[in-house]
Amino acid sequence: MEKSNNTFEPVVVAFCCHYCAYTAADMAGSQRIAYPANVKIVRVPCSGKVDAIHLMKALEKGADGVYVAGCLEGDCHFNTGNIAASRKVTKVKILLDEIGIGSERIEMFLMSAGMGRRFAEVATEFTEKIRNLGPNPVKAAADKAVG
Amino acid sequence: MKTQSVLEKVLKSGNLAVTSECGPPRGTSAAAVREKAELLRGYCDGINVTDNQTAMVRMSSLAACILIRQMGLHSILQMTTRDKNRLALQSDILGAYAHEIDTVLCLSGDHPKFGDHPMASNVYDLDSVQLIQTVKQMRDDGKFQGGADIADPPKMFIGAAANPFADPFELRVARLAKKVNAGVDFIQTQCIYNVDKFEQWMEAVVKRGLHKEVYIMAGITPMKTAGMAHYMKKRVPGMDVPDEVVDRMASVPKEEMAEEGIKICIETIERLKKVEGVAGFHIMAIEWEEKVPEIVKRAGLYPRPEV
Amino acid sequence: MITAERKPMEEIVECARNFSRVLLVGCNECVTVCAAGGRKEVGLLASALRMHFMKEGKNLEIIETTLERQCDPEYIDELADSVGQVDAVLSMACGCGVQEIARRYKDKHVFPMVNTKFMGASERQGVWAERCQGCGDCVLGITGGICPIARCSKRILNGPCGGSTGGKCEISPDVDCAWQLIWDRMKSLGQEDRYEEVMGARDWRTSRDGGPRRIIREDMAL
Ligand code: SF4
Ligand code: SF4
Repeated sequence: MEKSNNTFEPVVVAFCCHYCAYTAADMAGSQRIAYPANVKIVRVPCSGKVDAIHLMKALEKGADGVYVAGCLEGDCHFNTGNIAASRKVTKVKILLDEIGIGSERIEMFLMSAGMGRRFAEVATEFTEKIRNLGPNPVKAAADKAVG
Repeated sequence: MKTQSVLEKVLKSGNLAVTSECGPPRGTSAAAVREKAELLRGYCDGINVTDNQTAMVRMSSLAACILIRQMGLHSILQMTTRDKNRLALQSDILGAYAHEIDTVLCLSGDHPKFGDHPMASNVYDLDSVQLIQTVKQMRDDGKFQGGADIADPPKMFIGAAANPFADPFELRVARLAKKVNAGVDFIQTQCIYNVDKFEQWMEAVVKRGLHKEVYIMAGITPMKTAGMAHYMKKRVPGMDVPDEVVDRMASVPKEEMAEEGIKICIETIERLKKVEGVAGFHIMAIEWEEKVPEIVKRAGLYPRPEV
Repeated sequence: MITAERKPMEEIVECARNFSRVLLVGCNECVTVCAAGGRKEVGLLASALRMHFMKEGKNLEIIETTLERQCDPEYIDELADSVGQVDAVLSMACGCGVQEIARRYKDKHVFPMVNTKFMGASERQGVWAERCQGCGDCVLGITGGICPIARCSKRILNGPCGGSTGGKCEISPDVDCAWQLIWDRMKSLGQEDRYEEVMGARDWRTSRDGGPRRIIREDMAL
């Protein structure tokens, strides 16, 4: 356990809204604020565009953690996309608990386009959290079956 | 006279009638039924026997009614349409009448949710108004609800409940009228603590002349403790307990609460005696039957008339 | 529409446990509208089931499909090929759909994935409420368009009972008293005088009490 944790590099998928988090990621880059390479960004036109099935598929296909990053409350370009997104995240959290994957593996974050630093913090903290949780049990079982 | 019911005779005689209540045990003891009923001997004209009250399983109302009738007392069969369909209700009425039980109270009953079998299916083949119609048809036309003739029809004196305190208030008189249309003979009301509101209701009843078509007996329940007053106010659906009553119960030391409760109850009876249209009192001393004689005496309703 | 809710995952997992290939079938009608068993829910449940079993080191193969309607034989026929490839069918349709699959594919296990709840309407986004019990002899015309059978907790036809409080039913402050609603409607329709007409005992034969019901339309027979 100890050993596997030491070598474990989590795969994190971040669904980032084009109007905020995605721009914030850019900004982090241009300001040379580092964030873990574990985070694979998927640009979406609005966090509300992310559906429950996308979160599930990411985990099913082997991601260890998934998060959605949308605009600050009241700032959604499409009014309520971020609220819809956080409801979907809550729904998937319940489902993940039900199937024993654990709700901690997904999360919703809010930020604005100017928050490069916040983007990096979120990416770093979430990656660390997932690192501590260990590999996605689905992937772990599949690897074991193969190995 | 429509029936042989002693209650009908007393009401007809113009005397204020008195009924009381006896909840059957949650067990099989006939002695428990007799003991409670014996306390009431001579102090009322009929003893209501509750039918799985608050949706808790108890000895059947019919069985307890028979036990009480066998003591030479007059039991009143309470029937809720919650637990039985029209076949069962009608057959119970035949059985009751065969045992010389000639007075019935038609109720819809509390929802099973409140009782010890919230998982039970609730029947409601009929509602209370339709049960009144059914019993009346059995008595006056000698026919079952389904239309077939009854051999030796049961001559039941038909009662129902009325709650002047339920909502919407504007419908409470209309609903009484509906029961009158269905053929009810007497009404026992919900326990009265808010006398003002009851008087308001009664005034509307009298205005429509309904008190001439149906005997209205005012429901009275003595409070034992301030806790009980509070519970009834907060928890019992359709119960109206004004703050003054709760406060008055709470204002006396614990050991005097019971006496205060009895006092309130007697004052209420005295006030209601003067209200036009009140034909009697239905005194429900829940698990406190031993107090009924005292209440009846102190309220000047003793001795009961010979009819 | 007919409303439904997905069964608890635990129960679903137990249904699927003994099979290695299953067909998960949604329905495009009511259960899609109430977001219990349409295409989306099929996808989600399939993913959840796969993950659950993968985690246990087991591979559950799931064929996902969603029919136009699961309560019509012509659509059920479309499943023939895929049913042939699996050990069991998991249906996300209402109880009618599940039974149609069982009727057509006699030697195949079929399990319900949803609990079928009631015939209802959407009160607002995400909230559905019971409206009709299919009693077979509709009285809405005389009750102001509000059903006492489906919406009164005691299905009483001469309400309100003595438990009605502040417009709410005695069973819960979250449940409207149907008879308060009926009365309010009667008032706004100017039909107060009709309230005192007694509604007589009903003939429940038109409801489920008369045994399973059918509608036969000779004019539509092929
Ligand atoms: S009266 Fe019968 S058919 Fe009409 S809405 Fe109510 S249950 Fe449905
Ligand atoms: S309170 Fe209203 S809805 Fe509830 S049982 Fe009584 S009449 Fe029916």
